[in-house]
Amino acid sequence: MPPARPDTEYPGGRGHASSGHSLAPSAGSPAFWRDARRALGRVPPSVPAKIRQVARPGAGPEAAEGRGAGISSLIMDPECSQLLPALCSVLADPRQPVADDTCLEKLLDWFKTITEAGSSLLLLQENPCLLGLLCHVLKPQDLSPRVLSFSLRLAGMLAAQEDCFQYLQQGELLPRLFGEAGPLGGAAWTAPSVRSGWIQGLRSLARHPSALCFLADCGAVDTIFSLQGDSSLFVASAAGQLLVHILGLSLQGPAEGHPGLQTGDWPVCAQKIVSHIEESLRSAATPQITQALNVLTTTFGHCHDPWTQVLWGRLSPLVACLLEKDPVPAAHSLVDLLLSVARSPVLSSSSSGLWETLAQTLSHLSPTQAGPLALGILKLQECPQVLRAQAFAVLLQPLTCVLEATAQAPGLLDSLDGTGGASVTVDTLLPSKAACVGLLCRTLAHLELLQPLPQRPSPWPQAPLLGATVTILRLCSGSATPTSDAGGHLCAFLVGCVRVQRAALDFLGTLSQGTGPRELVTQVFAVLLEYLTSPDSSPTVLKKAFQATFRWLQSSPETPGCSDLDPHAHLFLRELLPVLPKRLCSPCWEVRDSGLEFLTQMIGRWGGQAGFRRALLASEVPELTEQLLRDPESYVRASAVAAMGQLSSQGLRVTPASPEHPGGQQKSLLAELLHILSTDSEGFPRRAVMHVFTQWLRDGHADVAGDTERFVARVLQVASQDLDWEVRAQGLELALVFLEQTLGRPSSHCPYAVTPPVAAPPSSLAQALRPLCRVQLFEFAFRALFDCDRPVAQKSCDLLLFLRAQTASYGGPQGSGSVPEVASVEAALQRWQAGDQGQPLGYLEPEVVVAVLRSMDLEGLRGALAESSDRVEKSPQSLLQDVLATVGALGEDEADCY
Amino acid sequence: MQCAQIQINYYYVGLWTGHDFHSQFPSFATCSKELKECSGHVFVDSVPEFCLPETELIDLSTVDVILISNYHCMMALPYITEHTGFTGTVYATEPTVQIGRLLMEELVNFIERVPKAQSASLWKNKDIQRLLPSPLKDAVEVSTWRRCYTMQEVNSALSKIQLVGYSQKIELFGAVQVTPLSSGYALGSSNWIIQSHYEKVSYVSGSSLLTTHPQPMDQASLKNSDVLVLTGLTQIPTANPDGMVGEFCSNLALTVRNGGNVLVPCYPSGVIYDLLECLYQYIDSAGLSNIPFYFISPVANSSLEFSQIFAEWLCHNKQTKVYLPEPPFPHAELIQTNKLKHYPSLHGDFSSDFRQPCVVFTGHPSLRFGDVVHFMELWGKSSLNTVIFTEPDFSYLEALAPYQPLAMKCIYCPIDTRLNFIQVSKLLKEVQPLHVVCPEQYTQPPPAQSHRMDLMIDCQPPAMSYRRAEVLALPFKRRYEKIEIMPELADSLVPMEIKPGISLATVSAVLHTKDNKHVLQPPPRPTQPTGGKKRKRASDDIPDCKVLKPLLSGSIPVEQFVQALEKHGFSDIKVEDTAKGHIVLLQEAETLIQIEEDSTHIICDNDEMLRVRLRDLVLKFLQKF
Repeated sequence: MPPARPDTEYPGGRGHASSGHSLAPSAGSPAFWRDARRALGRVPPSVPAKIRQVARPGAGPEAAEGRGAGISSLIMDPECSQLLPALCSVLADPRQPVADDTCLEKLLDWFKTITEAGSSLLLLQENPCLLGLLCHVLKPQDLSPRVLSFSLRLAGMLAAQEDCFQYLQQGELLPRLFGEAGPLGGAAWTAPSVRSGWIQGLRSLARHPSALCFLADCGAVDTIFSLQGDSSLFVASAAGQLLVHILGLSLQGPAEGHPGLQTGDWPVCAQKIVSHIEESLRSAATPQITQALNVLTTTFGHCHDPWTQVLWGRLSPLVACLLEKDPVPAAHSLVDLLLSVARSPVLSSSSSGLWETLAQTLSHLSPTQAGPLALGILKLQECPQVLRAQAFAVLLQPLTCVLEATAQAPGLLDSLDGTGGASVTVDTLLPSKAACVGLLCRTLAHLELLQPLPQRPSPWPQAPLLGATVTILRLCSGSATPTSDAGGHLCAFLVGCVRVQRAALDFLGTLSQGTGPRELVTQVFAVLLEYLTSPDSSPTVLKKAFQATFRWLQSSPETPGCSDLDPHAHLFLRELLPVLPKRLCSPCWEVRDSGLEFLTQMIGRWGGQAGFRRALLASEVPELTEQLLRDPESYVRASAVAAMGQLSSQGLRVTPASPEHPGGQQKSLLAELLHILSTDSEGFPRRAVMHVFTQWLRDGHADVAGDTERFVARVLQVASQDLDWEVRAQGLELALVFLEQTLGRPSSHCPYAVTPPVAAPPSSLAQALRPLCRVQLFEFAFRALFDCDRPVAQKSCDLLLFLRAQTASYGGPQGSGSVPEVASVEAALQRWQAGDQGQPLGYLEPEVVVAVLRSMDLEGLRGALAESSDRVEKSPQSLLQDVLATVGALGEDEADCY
Repeated sequence: MQCAQIQINYYYVGLWTGHDFHSQFPSFATCSKELKECSGHVFVDSVPEFCLPETELIDLSTVDVILISNYHCMMALPYITEHTGFTGTVYATEPTVQIGRLLMEELVNFIERVPKAQSASLWKNKDIQRLLPSPLKDAVEVSTWRRCYTMQEVNSALSKIQLVGYSQKIELFGAVQVTPLSSGYALGSSNWIIQSHYEKVSYVSGSSLLTTHPQPMDQASLKNSDVLVLTGLTQIPTANPDGMVGEFCSNLALTVRNGGNVLVPCYPSGVIYDLLECLYQYIDSAGLSNIPFYFISPVANSSLEFSQIFAEWLCHNKQTKVYLPEPPFPHAELIQTNKLKHYPSLHGDFSSDFRQPCVVFTGHPSLRFGDVVHFMELWGKSSLNTVIFTEPDFSYLEALAPYQPLAMKCIYCPIDTRLNFIQVSKLLKEVQPLHVVCPEQYTQPPPAQSHRMDLMIDCQPPAMSYRRAEVLALPFKRRYEKIEIMPELADSLVPMEIKPGISLATVSAVLHTKDNKHVLQPPPRPTQPTGGKKRKRASDDIPDCKVLKPLLSGSIPVEQFVQALEKHGFSDIKVEDTAKGHIVLLQEAETLIQIEEDSTHIICDNDEMLRVRLRDLVLKFLQKF
């Protein structure tokens, strides 16, 4: 439906507003309505005559005809139209304050949808109470700032359409709202929400050339200038955004195709803004410079029209002047602006001095400020090589310092320093602990971001970066032995610093994507082992160390001819495996958990390799993992379940007699996991068990393959009782795997699944469904279909639809179950749907199942489930009712209706 | 008065129980029976002897007061109180005394259990000692080493201690006030403030900022110190106690899970409380609920019980438990549920209850005596077992040396909760003393880790350091003393305002000084002459006050003075300026008046009348009060 414009034909309807006497005084005070009548009394002559023929909700058969055309209903529901006068009256009444801001925000969202979809003028004319509200708020009274702000924003929204703007202008409502006479000069202006509403109202309003004239006439632009320095950050930021918007608007339209070569040819409004920016850039006050830079950044970021080129041409000398100051003012905003200019296709291609300015900025800014600029430059698609080299050198400076201070091999240093950066000493770059830690963390994070990008500098100095990262980690652990004083200071700053350790380990993990000299890789493994072994490693550092270790092991070259770990990695593993048991016994649960996660990853990756298997089986790890199934911390139990699932899948589970059960019979893992599924008080371990069981079923695990039906039946029975919806949903996943294995499935349905050895498809449908009936899969699925948690019901619905589709592929008689039996099942299902799930269905014959499946409206159910459960609560009508109810209930109860 | 805080370290020589080593030192034939060799190390086979506090600098008989910081540093007290002529007072908190007594009692008990007839003394001969291998040849003052004290001496020493509470102000001879403050390290451990009216010295030793069982360290009271003497920092600055506790638990669990036993050589009080608390929380997660924990010490029962009754000396959390009422330490529950059992020795009930695998806490942490020796013998041969060292006072390698070769695993998890250098830096920033005084070792990185600039005290102004046996002058001078004025004397004063806000009054009084307290008392009234006595004895004159001369102030304006002289008939007056003032020359009268800033002299030859006239003229220009 195209939006209704003032110059389009409006659908027919009964006119009512021309005389100004047909307003229904259904609510509100007489004064309130008098204002509305006065404002509406003068319909602008420019508005087409048909504008008055608007369908009025509830206005009889003619109106119904209007709605029949489909326009009116888009504008507003009749029910909402009926509630609107009462709402406006409530809003206009200072004695009935609206307690909840979110109501007003939702109302504005709703009005926005309406005004974007149709004519605002029609909306106003259909609902004169809105105009009444706008007039009413202008009266000097004790109205809440929220309502005033709401009204300003609503007025702006309505005036976004030019015809409505002119309509409101006729009543001089807009100058009264946004001009000097409005809230601007009043006491209400002290409330930030009113100032914010004023700006947002103008932001909505400024959509057409008429609006520009209005802004110029009412002197709004000067007010916006002053609001840029508002005490409220939200207001200040919005003021800046509005300036950008006005500038863009004023240079659009007729001037768009032919931007003046000189800004002198630009519209007055644009010139005024540009002059203000210039003045701010010349100012000695940093806040003003920041404001100007932010406006320019946003402008160049959003608009790539040719006029931006003219603007930058005029302002770039002023920006360049900022670099001559010491220290450079508003450095962060300057960096943002320069990057914004560099990213703009219009500016970067034409601006001759841009790269020089960037280079100059890089060398003028402090290392902390220059880092983001360097990263930004390196991320640019197009950029001179020299500048990239300079930026990279700036980015690498802190690491160069580290290498220098710790007297690394000269080879490493040269390749970092050789990128063109001036040598900087530790004392100047990393003068204090806070500066040192902050800069190193940022540098490592920047490099981590840069590493995977295709436009990263080439050649990538992998070896020096590895060397520097390893050195930083050693400085942090206190194991480095710097020989210089600078190194000693660095060591004193970094030792035990968890922040730097985390950042360095993250970056070290990222560096595993590249290769490095053998001795450096050996150093990497050595430092990782040091961290994994050290009792001083904090749990978060340890987790990062495990992650980095796994990545490095993954990237280590495989032995030729087989996919086993290379000899060096094996050697490392031999040293690591004695550490792992200690970590699994840590009193800190986070450490036990990280250890188990690492183990699970390792088994998943190398569980099939002989060398790894031997090393793992020779360690105490498998046994300890099994003991952690009884850990007091649920996260650890969950991780232990996942690890045990992997161990068992790979045949790595050992069953020695434990000291606690000497000579006792070990429980089977299946039984143990079932026990967890039935009895564990926390959801995480139970979910983990369901994942393991699903995987086992998919892989044809030996414990499962022996008696799959019994296994599935038992698991589904336990899962159906579970209070955690994710366990029930995972139960459906397991049911689906079983179903697919039983019926056979098209391989395209789930491309990521490992294809298990599927039994030959049964010949008849009944035969095919019988195993499903035996494991009571249908009882589980039907229960899930009426589950109170929507994801479970949706999943079940999908499963049953899939099943129904599968049954259709079989020939022969279908759905021939005896009628009474089918009816009884259907009756039971209806009771379940009604919430009474007490009675079980019992064993169902395949024929009955098919019949029931056929008779059910699963598509309809799926559609219903697809709708959000709060669709009723989210309707505009409900919103209006809630606002009214809240206000009505205010006297008794302050409860929030949301 | 002398006031000292004594920290006593003890050095051990070897004690052999059940070992029989053949002498392999023919060159030391004279003392070969005293020396034993084991795995390349030489040991002295003797009754344990202890190195006493050095007495070169201080004659302990002249020491007036000993302030004890915590129970670990009072172990040599009997040597001082019983054998040096010490007659002063010892101040300590109640838990310090009680737990100190337990530690000494355990020590005496351990030593007395294995009596040896004689101490080895031949090896102490300097000619022989210098030929011995390290560390024997480096042992200092071996001739002063003494055998352990007896319980009688312990009791006698402890009877000389005066109990004090935190923040209690103790007046020492009127000269200074001393106050113990919680140091957060152990039950009843204290830092001491020593202050006069105008100076404040804080003695911070063995303090902890970690949240363990004792009351937290009182930092606020240390503020405004002129000097802060800082010592007793952690001995293992690179070992973080949290990490060490983690290591302890992990190794313990791994050993026990493999069917091995764990031996923890430890003191009967202190870190053991925290370890038991950690294990209380840990054993369930580690699946160790069925593993017995044994605590064997002659004072085990007392130690566990004492810890529960010193509620006011505990951290806040534990204090609140007492009001619930619950035992502050969870080891009560471990005992109740039979998970922790304690025995005075391994004879008796223990041998019948003993079940393996198990965890045993016992002493002595030096491994030279006590029940731990038996467990080392019992379990040392199996690699399934583990000995875990937690006490930082001893080198575990030295402790283990006589037991080599050893199959059992050895883990070193020193748990030292005392201040590390980062914490010291925070503390000094918070307390901001004018000067910090500390041992020299704290002002430079440890020799083995010379690059670790973080392992030293870094403060501004730099800390003043001292070496062994160095006498250090503290950087402040006592400039003022506080003097009290008796009320009746104060009543009689008549202050005169000299400048706005400043008044002066003359005081005539008797300064009475006793116990370093100074009091101004009213002067005795002049004795009324009695009719019968015509002549007073010379001694009676002394307390009499002479007629008080007024005090003078102000300056003499020379010109006006000259005018006054002329007015009074003096002529031929000449004024000369000098460096310090003026000289007024009355040539005619051959008289000289020397006017200086703080004195005026009238020099005339034998003309008393003239001098008095001139004096009166001078006085007219001065204020009197």
